[in-house]
Amino acid sequence: MAELTEELSQVKGEEPAVPGKDVRVHPNPEPQGKRPLDVPTGTPTVIVDDLHIVYRVYGTATDNEKGNAVNALTRLLKRQGRPQMKEVHAVKGVTFVAYHGDAIGIVGRNGSGKSTLLRAIAGLLPPHEGAVYTDGQPSLLGVNAALMRELTGERNIVLGCYAMGMTPAEVKEKYQEIVDFSGIDEFVQLPMSTYSSGMGARLRFAISSAKTHDVLLIDEALATGDREFRKKSEARIRQIRESAGTVFLVAHDLKVIEETCNRVIWLHKGKIRMDGDPKEVISAYNKG
Amino acid sequence: MSQPESAVADAQAGGRSGQEPLAKLAERYGLRRAIARPRFPVYLRQLWERRHFILTYATSRNVSKYSSSALGQLWQVLTPLLNAGIYYVMFGVILGGRGGIENYPAFLLTGMFVFTYTQRVVTAGAKSISGNLSMIRALHFPRASLPLAYTIQELQQLAISMGVLLVIVTATGEWPTWFWLMIPVVLALQTMFNIGASLVIARLGAQMRDLNQLLPFITRTWLYASGVFFSIQDKVVGSAKLPQWVADVMYLNPTASYIEWMRDILIKTHHTQNGHNPPTMVLVSCVFWAVFSLGFGFWYFWRSEERYGRG
Repeated sequence: MAELTEELSQVKGEEPAVPGKDVRVHPNPEPQGKRPLDVPTGTPTVIVDDLHIVYRVYGTATDNEKGNAVNALTRLLKRQGRPQMKEVHAVKGVTFVAYHGDAIGIVGRNGSGKSTLLRAIAGLLPPHEGAVYTDGQPSLLGVNAALMRELTGERNIVLGCYAMGMTPAEVKEKYQEIVDFSGIDEFVQLPMSTYSSGMGARLRFAISSAKTHDVLLIDEALATGDREFRKKSEARIRQIRESAGTVFLVAHDLKVIEETCNRVIWLHKGKIRMDGDPKEVISAYNKG
Repeated sequence: MSQPESAVADAQAGGRSGQEPLAKLAERYGLRRAIARPRFPVYLRQLWERRHFILTYATSRNVSKYSSSALGQLWQVLTPLLNAGIYYVMFGVILGGRGGIENYPAFLLTGMFVFTYTQRVVTAGAKSISGNLSMIRALHFPRASLPLAYTIQELQQLAISMGVLLVIVTATGEWPTWFWLMIPVVLALQTMFNIGASLVIARLGAQMRDLNQLLPFITRTWLYASGVFFSIQDKVVGSAKLPQWVADVMYLNPTASYIEWMRDILIKTHHTQNGHNPPTMVLVSCVFWAVFSLGFGFWYFWRSEERYGRG
């Protein structure tokens, strides 16, 4: 949530800048024509059709209208409503088709709409215009929102699994696997607040990837954790891909994307700037 | 804000001229739109499937709540005890609110504990959606799970408070009778009412950001209107000389009804004309509020299901 609003306020900040620059920004993604040939089945799993997302954000007031009782009262008397409510057009007409077995990396600067796009695909944000069609229920790798720092890893594993909709039998079955995968060993008996940030990230990834997802959306989950764990999670992503699922990956670490993805979408100010082979897109992205 | 029209035109021209529209393609492969509110019966079934999550979440919250304090879970007993002490000193000894009530400690504490249950559920329910936005924005689950979990969390606390209450009431000279078997019935009805109330207040709290600031005043007014410290009959008709129907209407207030029934069960000098049974009006009011609130609460909350966590 915090990182979301932060990103949004940046979108807003960039908004008025250089409108003319956007003209060459949209080089017709041609999602169907450009499909790589290594797609195993070729059936679409996610179709994003001219998607627009508009947010309303609270609390972005300028300095002179901030949290001051007198100002609040004046606003009420003048019937101005809530001036601190701003609309943010975070995603502006994004169109693409994702297929079975795709691992799609999404790159772009802060505030380019990456996280928003993922949340829209997950069905957690309503489209302002356009539509998202999906096969089954895409899930965001975001179980950390349900976990509680004061509780032991053990309790959090159970809580997280239930939060993702598992049954008690499934939780029992997956429990040991999660502990092993996360590699936190005896720390599982300690509260999560005592974990290092790497350990916490490992446990969270282990919990959320324990469930079999048809479409998995990952937002910067692999940034933390040591080398060994990174290898493990990349293997897990490959495994999901091979079981004919689709993975979306948002990351600032371009190496991770290049190693795990077969396709990369470059978002810029809420629009697709480029969509295609990871090497091509990333080298273009690096040039700016 | 920006120029959606130009963006739309842009995307429509984008690469697909001559190919089938994406909506058709989606239909051909049986893909569905991501956002839709399930029908009401389906929604209730989904909630039932999430019962393990709801229970685990409620328990986890209770465990984590006291995890940083030295006395830990003991506070679950200490909090109601301290509250009982303060209210007794304040209203029983200093203000002398006993009136004509024979067993005032039992009268006061029964009212206080029963009312606190509803009050805490309503206060927690108002924050159940607005305080969990990050979870709502990351995970799929029927949103009613949250107010339900908060209610169950308070119910777990209440089980301990009730134990404390029964010990105190016995100590004041009210010996257990067979009528104590009715206590779970009253609490079940009150819980039904509370679930509905928390669902309604959760939706209101999600849409009106100022509700949390207002709520303390609302619950305090409700507290005074529910006759926790005084007998409604004595004060309204006896002291204030208001007509009898005013008192009757006040007894129809849901919390007043649950309090009255509980007092009838626990205190033998309360409403002596019926023994330990409540007056018919109170009984009807208790059942009505439970059924009405539960049904309306789920329906009202469900109507806004796809909008929680947005905007």
